[in-house]
Amino acid sequence: MASYQSLDIKRRSASTSTPPAVRSTGLEVAKLIDVSKCIGCKACQSACLEWNNLREEVGVNTGVYDNPHDLTANSWTLMRFSEWDNPDTGNFEWLIRKDGCMHCADPGCLKACPSPGAIVQYTNGIVDFVSENCIGCAYCVKGCPFNIPRISQVDRKAYKCTLCSDRVAVGQGPACAKACPTAAIMFGTKDDMKEQADRRITDLKSRGFANAGLYDPAGVGGTHVMYVLHHLDKPEIYAGLPKDPQISPLVSAWKGTGKILALGALAFAAVGAFFHHTVVGPNRVSETDEENAADLAEEGARSGPTPETRTL
Amino acid sequence: MAVEIERRPIMVERTEVRRYGASARVNHWITAATFTLLALSGLALFHPSLFFLTDLFGGGANTRAFHPWLGVVLIASFAILFVRFWSHNLWNRDDTQWTKQIGDVVKGEEEKLPELGKYNAGQKMVFWGTALLIVVLFATGLVIWDEYFHGLVSIGTNRLAALVHSLAAIAAILLIIVHVYAGIWVKGSIRGMTEGRVTGGWAWRHHRKWLRQEAKGETHD
Repeated sequence: MASYQSLDIKRRSASTSTPPAVRSTGLEVAKLIDVSKCIGCKACQSACLEWNNLREEVGVNTGVYDNPHDLTANSWTLMRFSEWDNPDTGNFEWLIRKDGCMHCADPGCLKACPSPGAIVQYTNGIVDFVSENCIGCAYCVKGCPFNIPRISQVDRKAYKCTLCSDRVAVGQGPACAKACPTAAIMFGTKDDMKEQADRRITDLKSRGFANAGLYDPAGVGGTHVMYVLHHLDKPEIYAGLPKDPQISPLVSAWKGTGKILALGALAFAAVGAFFHHTVVGPNRVSETDEENAADLAEEGARSGPTPETRTL
Repeated sequence: MAVEIERRPIMVERTEVRRYGASARVNHWITAATFTLLALSGLALFHPSLFFLTDLFGGGANTRAFHPWLGVVLIASFAILFVRFWSHNLWNRDDTQWTKQIGDVVKGEEEKLPELGKYNAGQKMVFWGTALLIVVLFATGLVIWDEYFHGLVSIGTNRLAALVHSLAAIAAILLIIVHVYAGIWVKGSIRGMTEGRVTGGWAWRHHRKWLRQEAKGETHD
């Protein structure tokens, strides 16, 4: 969403040049969402709308708590409520996951984006959309393994959580983290967040959640939004959180080195044609051909209807 | 011998044969112009090094918006072209023979080839290849035309469509390179599509069977 922040850029979409790296500190930030502490109050959603000056349309109740029913170009984060009967304990569990951009270390959206600088990854790990460069093609939607970006039907630009890059750039935490009343959303360096997660996981394990763990999927190089899950072995029960997310092989094939080969093939064909002409020379009609044609035409004129045109 | 002697008669008889009517020519050039614009706008979004081509269309967002509409024009225009030309492009035994002698074809030694009808096997392959690819491009293009068709199919299908669309586009551009070069190489061909007429000699050399039919006053388009 935001224009360039005073943050250093690590990667830029559709760009062949490497951003300057001399100032890079290597310090990565992360948001840690402790699903086991979430009470589903949606303060994070409100804070997100408020900070980013967004308004969601008034929706309809379809019998679930999710509101709105999906991420939209205005709602960059969404509490997804799942009811789950734990077969091991017989307990009913209410799993509430705050959905939104995961800020992948290897972002599929950035890989898919055809517009230079429309998607950037800062050195701190935040993946941000730079709207003024966005062309509205929705390739980022195809690239994302988490189904996060949404295209606005108003201005045809892609939107998603910025991890409050504008706040982070000036030393603040994201609005959602600030608003969360149970501190289920925490923000800090990625290392600190992992440590914090470890303590939470130890606690959860001592309370019988043997499979509690940190969701920081390696398939996308790790993420800068991480979840503490009570059931890390079954992430799908949290409203379809993918178990092993990675950039689709179709996207890799579409956006990979094949492109260079394809352009090479086009260039080869064009250059090849040029040299074919150089070597073989033009394929010209000879005077004999013309004479033969004239003879044939005369023959035809004698034997039947005349050809359409015949000039001497 | 390095020097070739060519004896020219004082007066050479010239014949002309009608090859394409005005509507076929207009139809062809609308298709050609649309294809060129589609290739340029498509390549602009295909590789970062070609993104500068979006400037031809007034920027990235405009390129993204125009490209699919150009596709609609192309398939409509090509559909008419297809109806016009398909019956002349049916494969026959001469085409198989022509394909076997592709070496003679590229050397330009046409006297070794069988006499051909209105189109040779290469032209027929370009015709059917383009027809197939345009259908594939249109179908996959609709899937990834996010402005009007977002959310109709799964993201997985979208990814597949995007990949197939790119591959088909590259194949189509390759075919058109062959088509354009053939027109440049075989002198006197472009005239057929710009003025509608070719010389009798051109027809004798490249499409003798067609010329014989024309000379007899048989059906033509």
